Amino acid sequence: MDNLNNKDYQKFVEEKIPKPTYARNIILAFLVGGAICTIGEFIMNYLSNKGLDEEAVSSATSIIMVFLGALLTGLGIYDQIGKFGGAGAAVPITGFANSIVAPAMEFKKEGFIFGVASKMFVIAGPVLVYGVSSSIIVGILTILFQR
Amino acid sequence: MEYLKAFIVGGAICVIGQIILDRTKFTPAHILVSFLTLGVILGGVGVYEPIAKFGGAGATIPITGFGYALSQGAIKGAKANGIIGAFTGGLQAAAGGIAAAIIFGYIMAVIFNPKTKN
Repeated sequence: MDNLNNKDYQKFVEEKIPKPTYARNIILAFLVGGAICTIGEFIMNYLSNKGLDEEAVSSATSIIMVFLGALLTGLGIYDQIGKFGGAGAAVPITGFANSIVAPAMEFKKEGFIFGVASKMFVIAGPVLVYGVSSSIIVGILTILFQR
Repeated sequence: MEYLKAFIVGGAICVIGQIILDRTKFTPAHILVSFLTLGVILGGVGVYEPIAKFGGAGATIPITGFGYALSQGAIKGAKANGIIGAFTGGLQAAAGGIAAAIIFGYIMAVIFNPKTKN
């Protein structure tokens, strides 16, 4: 994608525009997203059969799924999944891990502080800012409406 | 049966994301941020809980489920410890996933190099 010159890019755009692949994209997103969640369900079941309580199961499942997403991104496999899965690969928590590892790898040549460690949060940073802030608001509203 | 439910609910949430990706100028990063925030809001108003009960991992594995965990933690914290709990509860509930994302993200980024794009 990065190496395209203008002409090639125009061709690329023309190829893309006239024949929308909405239906195909939706089906693939459904299948890939569904498959990733089914793997998650399998891990959750396995852990609760091991006797972990509900909170531990959900934490451990997140940790394992994030690990898998990060590993597969490092191996270059997750990008392939993302190419045909689209949002099916981006929306699960494995996609969140992917959004951390991919830019961090890309900018490694800028060093381990301003390259890797800083670029890890190009997408994860905004995610945490909005997620944590909105959760605090929910918590405060809970207190206000309780009384 | 619960695997089928997880598949359908998880797939459906991703389909919503895909439709937004295809029909708007949203990038996957926009989807992640807005879906997470949506998960917090839906969790806050109590809409996400029945979805999570029904869909299991199909509701908790998508990033909306991460937002749901944040909001449930904040609500639980607020009820138990008041204003301090409202601040600490969300991150406490999501701490495992966030900590894992930081350390595994760092390790994988250090070990591996991006594949050359052709």
